[in-house]
Amino acid sequence: MSTATMTQKRSFGAALWDYLTTVDHKKIGHLYLAGGAFFFLLGGLEALIIRIQLMFPNSDFISAGLFNEMLTMHGTTMIFLAAMPILLGLMNAAMPLQIGARDVAFPFLNALGFWLFLFGGLLLNLSWFLGGAPDAGWTSYASLAMYSSGHGVDFYVAGLQIAGAGTLMGGINFIATIVTMRAPGMTYMRMPLFTWATFITSVLILFAFPALTINMFLLMFDRMFDAAFFNVDLGGNTIIWQHLFWIFGHPEVYILILPLFGLFSDIFATFSKKRLFGYTAMVFATMLIAFLGFMVWAHHMFTVGMGPVANSIFAVATMAIAVPTGIKIFNWLATMWGGSITINSAMLWSLGFIPSFTIGGMTGVMLGSSVADYQYHDTYFVVGHFHYVIVGGTVFGIFAALHYWWPKMFGRILREGLGKITFVLFFIGFHLTFFVQHFLGLMGMPRRINTFLPGQMLDTGNLISTIGAFFMTAAILVFVYNIIVSARDEQAPADPWDGRTLEWAISSPPPYYNFEQLPLVRGLDPLWVEKREGNGKMLPGEPLDDVHMPNGSILPFLMSFGFFVAGLGFIYQTDSKLWFLALYGGMAFALGCMVVRSLKDDHGYYIKKEELQKALDREAK
Amino acid sequence: MRGWLGKTKALVLLGSLLLLLSGCGKENLTALVPKGYGAQSSMDLIVLTTVVMSAVFLVVVLILVVVLIRFRKKKGQEDFIPKQVEGSVTLETVWTAIPIILVIIMAVPTVMAEFDLADTEERDDHRNITVTGYQYWWHFDYDDDEIQTSQDLYIPVGERVYLDLKSEDVLHSFWIPSLAGKLDVNPENVNTFYIEAYEEGVYYGKCAELCGASHALMDFKVIAVSPEDFDQWVDDMQSFDPEELELDSVAQEGKELFEANNCMSCHAIGGSGDPLGPNLASFGDRTRFAGILDPTKENLVDWIMDPDEIKPDNKMKFDNYPEISEEDAGKMAEYLMELKPSEITPDTVPDLASE
Repeated sequence: MSTATMTQKRSFGAALWDYLTTVDHKKIGHLYLAGGAFFFLLGGLEALIIRIQLMFPNSDFISAGLFNEMLTMHGTTMIFLAAMPILLGLMNAAMPLQIGARDVAFPFLNALGFWLFLFGGLLLNLSWFLGGAPDAGWTSYASLAMYSSGHGVDFYVAGLQIAGAGTLMGGINFIATIVTMRAPGMTYMRMPLFTWATFITSVLILFAFPALTINMFLLMFDRMFDAAFFNVDLGGNTIIWQHLFWIFGHPEVYILILPLFGLFSDIFATFSKKRLFGYTAMVFATMLIAFLGFMVWAHHMFTVGMGPVANSIFAVATMAIAVPTGIKIFNWLATMWGGSITINSAMLWSLGFIPSFTIGGMTGVMLGSSVADYQYHDTYFVVGHFHYVIVGGTVFGIFAALHYWWPKMFGRILREGLGKITFVLFFIGFHLTFFVQHFLGLMGMPRRINTFLPGQMLDTGNLISTIGAFFMTAAILVFVYNIIVSARDEQAPADPWDGRTLEWAISSPPPYYNFEQLPLVRGLDPLWVEKREGNGKMLPGEPLDDVHMPNGSILPFLMSFGFFVAGLGFIYQTDSKLWFLALYGGMAFALGCMVVRSLKDDHGYYIKKEELQKALDREAK
Repeated sequence: MRGWLGKTKALVLLGSLLLLLSGCGKENLTALVPKGYGAQSSMDLIVLTTVVMSAVFLVVVLILVVVLIRFRKKKGQEDFIPKQVEGSVTLETVWTAIPIILVIIMAVPTVMAEFDLADTEERDDHRNITVTGYQYWWHFDYDDDEIQTSQDLYIPVGERVYLDLKSEDVLHSFWIPSLAGKLDVNPENVNTFYIEAYEEGVYYGKCAELCGASHALMDFKVIAVSPEDFDQWVDDMQSFDPEELELDSVAQEGKELFEANNCMSCHAIGGSGDPLGPNLASFGDRTRFAGILDPTKENLVDWIMDPDEIKPDNKMKFDNYPEISEEDAGKMAEYLMELKPSEITPDTVPDLASE
């Protein structure tokens, strides 16, 4: 890929090829966002169907079997195929810029991670067209998952195995990037909170996802190759699934929220024009949350019958997480205290996050009280709780991040008016939908029920909840419209928000090599430091020289395709031995691509320093 | 901006207030009006944690509102640069220490209640019942009394009853919101807990763990009666012999059809042993047929003719019995509704006072 072609107008085919082969973190960020957005809309549609079914008692909008497929795919899609990739996309887009790097440590691996996610997600969703989606819940508890007929759960296993491998690669890549590629002067304790959160989240991914991988393998062997890990009749034990699932699943919740904690820290500081209050405490609180996040998985299992000792330990550990989380909330408030606050769309989502997430946090502590949990567990109280955390935290955060970084990612500023309408509609709809669910749960509504009888005083609450879902749908449509109309707006400036961190020191969108010269970091909030103490421009941290860049490659795409075919082979070899051809064929193809990658020398290319000099001259004008 | 933000908050508050005023749910289903020991223990902790956490929430919202009122960017001061505060050890210590104290306030009663509810040392002094979960119905085996019921669990009021829970197929979860919290019904081990009802009544029970297509329909009832009535019910159940029922000619025909159509291979009427389908001993007294249908003959006929339509994926299938004409189903329904072993029925239990 030569640099001259980058600026020319390209045909659609060339653009497509560019994205299929790209190893540039910014473009991979675009891909993650697009893929995540697609699955977000899909998962949202599934949610809407669920809410329509539950709008009235004894409703038969969809059948019971289809409802179980909907709720399974809604949860699985939103967690693994929407929230995770969108977060990985944001990390890809912002983190290397924030630490003043030209790319991530392993650009090829980065692309491979994305394509594995996409093919895994497509494989999982293919099940809709091939005999039915998985129907054992996103937690896919082994006893029911073993009973589930058809291939639905097999698609769940194969799809998540492939997508999960991609996520694991992303996590390792970000750790290596942050450890090795920080710009001169960017010490750990000068990193923006979003970068810190990315770092800590990546560590969580590194330790949590292997538990999921192992669980998926156990279930795969049981369902496809007649093993008996979970077959009680043959001495297996289904509780093992629950433990392994939540050893992954609880840290997963923190994987979903910690990056946004980091983001909100950046946003509150930027739009209050104040440095983050208690930076050190914020960093260590994040670490403590992550650490405790591995100690509390069994609070999802208080009713399993673990006994009072285990229940008590996990109850106390769970409540303890409230302490570092409280520190963060109060530090954000203190950051804004005494500031000069600008309220725009990004800030609105962040301000809306504080009360919403606090409710999710307080119900979290309430759930941590094990004896109270005997009532909450597996009811709509829990459904309300985790939507307050994941929507009120993660989704609010994602919208804040999109408004905040949209100019940096796509060179356009999303329109403020439409942004505010989106927020208002969503905020109202969100609270309408989920607040009442806490009460529904306590009034006796178990979760994951496809219908309820009239005369149980559950009607009004469910109707309110469904009305809220329509508000959220409307909000999403406005947001999509916003993206489309703002695409025709003028180019965004490099620093539209009076930013404090390094990503605002370069143009919007940045050149493909990010920095002509890596910047010299002279303190926390490096750009702010230069604005106050320098001339507002980053000082160079290295002499101008040729820059080494990696070549693009189609191999990540092909490898992932190989695993996708192998996944189909795994799923269907129980029906016909012919499918072993797909299994071995796909595997051989993927391994063949790896061999090619290993044996073929690819030294990348250099951008000449004259060219960089020209770019610097242009900027100077 | 602040105007509509305030309005939204007001709407949310008003909405939740309305909800509270409209009641705490159905009196024999809701966990919010506890009528049993376990439910009361849980409710105490629900109230405690809600109060503590609501206080925290109010503080957060209060500070947020003050911040938004006082520290918005002011007109004419666009270039104002606020003081860049690094932090404050005192403040940060305060908002670390206070939450720790709050956590201790909530943790100690939790642990005490946890050990209290898990206590099984006195189980030999009380009645023990084995509860088995099946897709999608419940079976109750009164081990000491050698009687069995399905779907309706009779217990004496004011006495602890120990329940041993196990599953014959997939994971279920046993929940009677008004009486006690839930406990999982595992396929690999027996879980034990106790319930104690404070008031006579018919309580809703539900399966709380996704267990297949008819998970939502896996309801049961707990009928709490006075100890005297309970003893009489046990006597009636023990002495019940379906062969001695006085039946009219239609019901008698239904009985013969019941036997001829292979129903007995799954459904026992009284007796003991492991069942394949629900025990029909007290079928005529059920508050609901199949857990969900109003107990009318029409519903029962519909059920016999096509159970899968009403409860998808349940195990009562035409592989096990032949298709049955509407006329025959009607006769069988007549017979089944005659299965009333005792004077003590859900109808004789006083209604719970709604609050």
